[in-house]
Parts: sequence; C-alpha cells; structure tokens
Amino acid sequence: MSALLEYRSVRKSFGEKVVLDGIDLSVRRGEVISLIGASGSGKSTLLRCTNLLEPIDDGEIVFDGVDISEPGLPPDPVRRRVGMVFQSFNLFPHMTVLENVTLAPRKVLKRPKGEATERAMTMLTRFGLAEKANDYPDRCSGGQQQRVAIVRALQMDPEVMLLDEITSALDPELVGEVLEVVRGLRAQGMTMLLATHEMGFAREISDQVCFLKDGRIHEQGPPERIFTMPSEPETRDFLARVIASGRM
Amino acid sequence: MTRTEEGAGAFASAPAASPGRLGQGGALTRRQRYERRQLVRSVLTAAISTLVFAVLLVALVTRLETWPRVRETFFDGGVFGDSFMPILKAFWLDVRIFLVCAPCILVLGLLVSLARSTRSPVLFPVRALATLYVDFTRGVPVILWIYLIGFGVVGLVNTRSFFGGYLFWGGVALVWTYSAYVSEVFRAGIESVHESQRAAARSLGLSATLTNRHVVLPQAVRRVVPPLMNDFVSLQKDVALISLLGPVEALRRADIIQDRTFNFTPFVVAALLFISVSIPLTRLADHLLAKERRRMSGTAVR
Ligand SMILES: Nc1ncnc2c1ncn2[C@@H]1O[C@H](COP(=O)(O)OP(=O)(O)OP(=O)(O)O)[C@@H](O)[C@H]1O
Ligand SMILES: [Mg+2]
Repeated sequence: MSALLEYRSVRKSFGEKVVLDGIDLSVRRGEVISLIGASGSGKSTLLRCTNLLEPIDDGEIVFDGVDISEPGLPPDPVRRRVGMVFQSFNLFPHMTVLENVTLAPRKVLKRPKGEATERAMTMLTRFGLAEKANDYPDRCSGGQQQRVAIVRALQMDPEVMLLDEITSALDPELVGEVLEVVRGLRAQGMTMLLATHEMGFAREISDQVCFLKDGRIHEQGPPERIFTMPSEPETRDFLARVIASGRM
Repeated sequence: MTRTEEGAGAFASAPAASPGRLGQGGALTRRQRYERRQLVRSVLTAAISTLVFAVLLVALVTRLETWPRVRETFFDGGVFGDSFMPILKAFWLDVRIFLVCAPCILVLGLLVSLARSTRSPVLFPVRALATLYVDFTRGVPVILWIYLIGFGVVGLVNTRSFFGGYLFWGGVALVWTYSAYVSEVFRAGIESVHESQRAAARSLGLSATLTNRHVVLPQAVRRVVPPLMNDFVSLQKDVALISLLGPVEALRRADIIQDRTFNFTPFVVAALLFISVSIPLTRLADHLLAKERRRMSGTAVR
C-alpha cells in the first residue's frame, strides 16, 4: 500500500540551530505513528512543518501524492485535510464550544449553519461534551477543552491527525479521558502522527514508534521491539531516563 | 473529578464568602455577622473623618484674606445663574462634535492599524503610508494640527458651505490626530493576541483574512476597550480646542461672557460641564478595565 504521507530528507533550521536533519518517514493510511524523544528533539517542529505552519528548508513532504513542501504552494487546501491538535488546546476564548467547533466548517467549507451545528452536536454528544456546547472554554476542565480541540479538528474531516503532546498540559487524572478519544479514533481507522511523552500510551496505540534525536529518526520500529529491546544505545538511555522519572 | 468541580468544591466549604447572602434558614452566619459589623464600622469612620476634614478645609479657606475676592471672581452666584444656560447650550455643540468624531476615529484608527499589520508585498505602499501617517501625526501637538487643518485647509476651500467651515475642518483635525493614537491602541491589541491563536485558526484551514476577522480582531478589540476609553476621555476635552477656530462651543461661550462681565465664573461653569461628562467616562473606563482584569485572571479557578 502506498504512503499517505511521506517525508524525504526533510531539513529545517532555526537560524544556526539545525532542528530537523534529514527526516525520512512514511505513514500509510490508517497507520498510527508515535514520535518520542527528548525535549527539543524536533517532534513539534516536524508536526508543524507537516501542517505548513513552518516551512522546511530542504527535502520533500509528500501528502497523497503531492509535494506540499513546495515553496509558494497555497497552504489552506492542505490544512483542510490535515488536522492538528496542540499541547495547550488553543481554543478560541471568545467563542463558545459550539462556535469553536463550527467556525472552520462554516467559513472554510461553507457548510450551512444548521448542518454544521447538527454535525458538531452529534460529535460533541459522542464525546460527552453536549452539555458544554454553549459554554465558553474557560468554563471547561482541561480534559474537556482538549477534547473540544480534537472535535474542532475532526469537524473538517481530516485525512490525517497531528497530535502534539495533547496530554502534557493536563492534570494526571484528566489524561485518561483524552487518551480514550484517541483510542476511539484509532478504532475508526484514523491516520495519526503523535508526539508524546506518554510511553505507555505510545506503546499501546502505535503501529510504529520513532525515536528522534539530534534532528534524525534515530531508531524506528514496532512498539513491542522499541520498548523492550531497542537496538540503539541512545534509545535505551532515553527510555531508561523516562522510566527513572516515573513516566512509564 | 473535573477541574470545575474541584473549584466548586473549594468554595462550597466556605459558603459565607459572598457577603450579604443569607445562610441557611435565613439567619446570618458567623462570618456574615462579622462582615456586617466591619462594614458599619468602616462606613461610620469614613463619614466622620470626611466631615471633620471638610469643616477644617472650609474654615481655613474662608479665613484667607483673599477669599472674598476669590469667591467673587470664580464663584459669583449671579453670573453663574446667568451664564449657565447659554454655556450649557454651547456645550451641546461639544457633545455633538464628540459624538460625530468618536465613531469616525474608531473606524479610521482600526483601518490604519489593519493597514500596518498587512504582510503582502503588493500592499507595501499602504503599509508605509500608514506608518508615516501615525509617526507624523503623533509627533505634532494636537493644537498645531487644529491650526494647520482648521485655518490652513479652510483657506483653500469655499468657506460658504458647511464642508468649507471651521467647524467641519476642526472636526477633521480631531479625527486626523486621534485616529493615529487610536490606531496604535488597536495595533497593541492585535499584537497581544497570542501567536498560538493564529496557529490554531490557520491549522483549521482559515485564510489570513478569516483568521483576522473571526479570531484575532474580536479578541483584540475586547482587550483594548479600556485604553480606548481613556483616549475618548481626552477627546471629549480636546473638542474645546475647536473654539480656537471660532465655532461657539462651551469654552468660547464662556470666554465671550467673561469678556463682558470681567468675571471668571463662566469658565468654572464650562469646567463643571466638562467634568460632568469626563468623570463618568473615566469611571466607566476603570470599571471596564477592572472587569477585563478579573476576566483574564479569573479563568484558572471558576
Ligand atoms: N520558532 C522557533 N524559533 C527558534 N527556535 C525554535 C522555534 N521553534 C522551535 N525551536 C527550537 O527547535 C528545537 C526543537 O523544538 P521542538 O519544539 O520541535 O521540540 P520538541 O521535540 O517538540 O520538544 P518538547 O518535547 O519540549 O515539546 C528546540 O531547540 C527549540 O528551541
Ligand atoms: Mg513539542
């Protein structure tokens, strides 16, 4: 099966600092891939580049057969098909939950208000957020806010979801409800690329795990192998440190 | 347990936190009784101290040797009564100038701030012009603009129509200067909206224009209401500068009466009228600012 998303020798620097130093990765439709690695290893940058929030310097990112890293390519049509959820939720604080999740479908996809609302309410209800629909985000718990952010991205019917440490800003007891949503997405066959520090979750949900170090994919493989018998000493070190800090 | 429930729980253990609300069964809780006693005590203290202070002040001032002359010059009851209505009528012109200029300033200020935040190279001239306009306008005293536009431009046009009159061009001068200040307030507001809000909107496929319209501007405008109010308090007073050009508004009318009576009470009347508008406006600005502060800091608990 051909890849839905393919990175070829992707390079990216911020000034002198090389953040992505030749990333090669292929994501098939329906596949779930976790990006792990130390803070600053470039996980967020890779996801932001995929959604064209940052331009890459060199290499190619091919999405559904089209090189989307082509400089000057209009980004909006790509972004419509690529959903992104951020660590800090980034809900629009001046809009209710319902307005947050219907804004893009109405203004970008030109869905009529009634239809957009109906579709949004269906999904909010499925995620247990129906009674929050008319509340403002600051009236929601962190877990609720992050689930709203996921619904907001899903309302655009994306073909791939980019999840950037979506549980890192949450209190421990709220992490579960958000991960549950991600499990549901996987069950529906959603293609996902997720940066995470939740190793247990990465192990459970991923088809492939990529360990990033110094802007490269240092080691890649199925989670059973990466987490039990990594072949690279750096991966072993990283996992040992994670275990020592109690996050696994 | 969600964060909201936690917050509610924390407050539930201290039901008397909102004073004035009755405890169960209509009786006051211990804390409410305490707070009520404290309230009565502080109100009484403030009243007595104010009274003592006022008596001392009046005693002191009226004992001054020059007091009778001061009273005659600034607080002449007869002149006050005679000049109040004419000045009030003239003040209505100030109010009307303000009411016409304020919305124009809002619109022009917003447009200029938007022009300055464009990124497209095609719009470079627009951006440059807007920047020049703001820099030049803010670098020159308001009163100088009133002279330049009011006297200067009026000299170039047919003065018989309304659009050639001093009143019109005085208003133009106010709109011209204040829009520059207000555009900077809007720009600060736009820049205060965190980059992550833009990223979130763009990641959903919203164009730059849609992002501005639905995500950035609504938040920016909400944030700048209090500082904008401060600018409008100043505008309300600077309207009187138009009197330099000739239109008979409150200050001008007071001046005319003073010329006739050689008494300064008309100026006090005019001052009182301006105060009667600017103090409520200032309080409203303070109130809005406090509300905005509460809103921004109160998001974590609730
Ligand atoms: N806009 C930017 N300008 C300059 N440097 C940046 C920018 N964004 C990221 N960086 C740098 O790029 C490097 C990679 O950052 P990135 O956010 O991708 O790491 P990460 O793997 O997501 O880390 P974390 O686990 O802390 O989220 C870091 O050293 C960071 O300081
Ligand atoms: Mg990151």
